[in-house]
Amino acid sequence: MSLSAHDKELIGKVWTKISPKAAQIGGDALGRLIVVFPQTKIYFSHFADLSPSSPQIKAHGAKVLGAIGEAVSGIDNVSASLSKLSELHAYNLRVDPVNFKLLAHTLLVSLSATLGAEFTPEIHLAWDKFLAIVAAVLSEKYR
Amino acid sequence: MPLTDADKTHVRSIWSKASGKAEELGAQALARMLEAFPNTKTYFSHYSDLSVKSGQVHVHGKKIIDALTDAVNHIDDITGALSALSTKHAHTLRVDPANFKILSHTILVVLALYFPADFTPEVHLACDKFLAEVSYALAEKYR
Repeated sequence: MSLSAHDKELIGKVWTKISPKAAQIGGDALGRLIVVFPQTKIYFSHFADLSPSSPQIKAHGAKVLGAIGEAVSGIDNVSASLSKLSELHAYNLRVDPVNFKLLAHTLLVSLSATLGAEFTPEIHLAWDKFLAIVAAVLSEKYR
Repeated sequence: MPLTDADKTHVRSIWSKASGKAEELGAQALARMLEAFPNTKTYFSHYSDLSVKSGQVHVHGKKIIDALTDAVNHIDDITGALSALSTKHAHTLRVDPANFKILSHTILVVLALYFPADFTPEVHLACDKFLAEVSYALAEKYR
């Protein structure tokens, strides 16, 4: 399901709006992931504190959103934009790709909490498609 | 997860045997799906007989394998080859894409059953990736 021109426009607009709060949204999404889907803790066993308020969780969440921002900037070729991260996930991190869907879900929840009524169904659709593409790119090199 | 040259070779090689038994393989894959995953019956409420002996199941099973043969013959542009089928699934049939995984699974089971010596782990992997690409291509027009 490729992104239409309209999808890309909506994604870009939302990104511009939320980028000042990107770190906070990322931290929120990751914190939610760990609470709502506790099996994901397995990938963070090296974090001392796994609560949503943990500085490590917040910092990592910020990193994740930063990467998503890069994907937005290079939205016409997400595969190229996230190429290094794709290798990192395939050969080092080895996160089960199932988890990308879970994080996409919590990210959408955090986005909607931030945007409120502005998180229209259209924007929801565009971002869901986009995050599915990001997930596919990150799993690209696994096999 | 793009298909490597090795993947394509494996798919073509096993498919050269499969395409000759299109009706039998298709009927088996479809009937097994309907029996092992009864939720899928919802899309065949117009069939009087859902067993592997059913004429309707045979006709439809052959159609499915023939479409996959077409995809194999256009393995470098599966999206293009399946474009019309994608439109049909999206706008007319409206099969939930989650079910594509289920049928992919029963197709692999049937390939293993019929061609045990050929269905090595490498061929299994290649076919799984190929069917995932087919599923993705079929879901293309949904949204």
